[in-house]
Amino acid sequence: MAIVSIDKEKCIGCGACIDVCPFGALILADDLAAATDQCTACGACLDVCPVEAMSLPNRPDAPARDLKEYQGVWVWVEQFNGKVQSISWEMMGQGRKLADRRKAALTACVLGHDVEHITREAVAFGADRVFRADHPDLGVYRTSPYAGVLVDLVRRYKPEIFLLGASLRGRDLAGSVAAELYTGLTADCTGLEIDLDSGLLRQTRPAFGGNILATIICPNHRPQMSTVRHRVFEMPPADAAREGQVIAVNVDLDKKRIATRVIDFVREYAEVNLTEARVIVSGGRGLGGPKGFEILRELADVLGGAVGASRAAVDAGWISYEHQVGQTGRTVRPDLYIACGISGAVQHLAGMNTARVIVAVNKDPAAPIFSVADYGIQGDLFQIVPALTEQFRKRLK
Amino acid sequence: MNIVVCIKQVPDTAEVKINPDTGTLMREGVPSIVNPFDMFAIEEALCLKEKFGGIATVLTMGPPQAVQALREALAMGADEAVLLTDRAFAGSDTWATAYTLSLAIRRMGPFDIVLCGKQAIDGDTGQVGPGLAVQLNVTALTYVSRINKVEIKPAPGLIEVERVLDEGRETLQAQLPVLLTVVKDINLPRLSTIKDIRRALRMKIPTWSAADLAGVDPLKLGLDGSPTRVITICSPPGRAGTVEMIPAADIEQAAVALVEKILAEKIL
Repeated sequence: MAIVSIDKEKCIGCGACIDVCPFGALILADDLAAATDQCTACGACLDVCPVEAMSLPNRPDAPARDLKEYQGVWVWVEQFNGKVQSISWEMMGQGRKLADRRKAALTACVLGHDVEHITREAVAFGADRVFRADHPDLGVYRTSPYAGVLVDLVRRYKPEIFLLGASLRGRDLAGSVAAELYTGLTADCTGLEIDLDSGLLRQTRPAFGGNILATIICPNHRPQMSTVRHRVFEMPPADAAREGQVIAVNVDLDKKRIATRVIDFVREYAEVNLTEARVIVSGGRGLGGPKGFEILRELADVLGGAVGASRAAVDAGWISYEHQVGQTGRTVRPDLYIACGISGAVQHLAGMNTARVIVAVNKDPAAPIFSVADYGIQGDLFQIVPALTEQFRKRLK
Repeated sequence: MNIVVCIKQVPDTAEVKINPDTGTLMREGVPSIVNPFDMFAIEEALCLKEKFGGIATVLTMGPPQAVQALREALAMGADEAVLLTDRAFAGSDTWATAYTLSLAIRRMGPFDIVLCGKQAIDGDTGQVGPGLAVQLNVTALTYVSRINKVEIKPAPGLIEVERVLDEGRETLQAQLPVLLTVVKDINLPRLSTIKDIRRALRMKIPTWSAADLAGVDPLKLGLDGSPTRVITICSPPGRAGTVEMIPAADIEQAAVALVEKILAEKIL
């Protein structure tokens, strides 16, 4: 028995619900719609049924659990080697808007060692209050001590909303914190808004490899947690004159409980971090070998961008996995994505089709990449890319 | 060594298409597969087993047809499999899923390593791994691209891994038991032979329901146990317009023209 109910008297067997179900839970049986165990109560079918034959059970609301005690919007400020990841400031900007909507305060959580300068930046970017957890054992990110500090702060100060960047660290940390707090976490949000009626945070995010957009709420648990994708929200302006409260958090870590040691770190990217990059020059099978990436690197350097790759190029060993863009690699959202010798398989597009401007260079005019590109050149990338590099060099002086 | 691998059967989202007339998802005829990242987890479990000896058990929570995913793992060489299925689990979000899986793993007895794929290609959250580690009270090492070494003695045992971050790779050490989520770079999953597949079809796979999970709190299962709720689903807006092709008969002219267009977008 599935979760959704179908009123057999009303159902006209049009099949609209079957087409829209993302889980394949609806079938036609005796010319009427029927639901299977795959149903997850997402509600997509309710919206499309022309005769309102679909309904979901009324869920008993869990006890309120002092929801009203939870106030304020928090942002985890992610830093690496003392430098803040841009995603954190992007979230501060949106966090400020959400806090204003809820008539509440915006708090930044800064964890690390020797991070005083970051607290000042956080206030400049809009924080009313900054928690500074400064301790040698927090110098390098590790899940357990970072999650421990944040969970303690949440339990003591009770935020209504808590945002973390969807970097690999952020997703790791948020997953741990939300599980510990038994609260809802929505990953990779591309939209965050306060619902006018309920006051709840509406979290919009892609799923099914980017094929659908789901809107999610966390009605009965607090804080409502989200990880936010890079470059979805704009960098807010910084106002050095802003004032805010800084609270030094007493960090009391039980060293025996922290089982993880960080031994080593190797920086892979000579240039820009792929997920933060505003410009990406990417190469695929058409490069024919690792040398092709040298040409792309030159163009990327002139543009101040990063180098990406399709799965084909990575699997062939021409470039390392960190550069892979796509379903089993990274999802990126640059302002400019230049795809060279990339055919544009669905799995690759899933990782980059929200780029602002897409340029494709490919020998094959029928390559699927041209169907998502804004600009295209059909031709030999080994001639075209150096020519582009030359032109950009001239124009960007 | 006792190794548990958590896997998920998912629709092949690369094959999912959007109906051009209605703009909705067309789920018809899309094959179900083992989540690609879970394949790397299964393979890594088998490599560990081959090196250290022991048992690799594969576990999935899903509708009854998810047993197919388990059989694929058995065909690759997993020793045992368990299907967690119950209407009570339906509608679980990542918190409820991690909770349910943790109860099943506790029932299996002591373990050294739990392996998961970094994320499922339908939910795309990557949250069950970390959530499961919290429920099991073990360390989670996520985005692991290589296991450098495992030392079972002296107790409690130690593991050293390389993991991927946005800026580069990091080497971590942690005590056992531990949970790992793995990325594509870690290995190349082996293929199964027809003989392996036939053998797997004959293997007994126990099915556990909510009633089989000791200490289960029914309020934490399924839809009702899930803190998050999906309220709407829609198709993402497509990219507007069609491609503007730059004529490329003269390479230099083409480059000049394209650079001009890009600069006009005012994004540099």
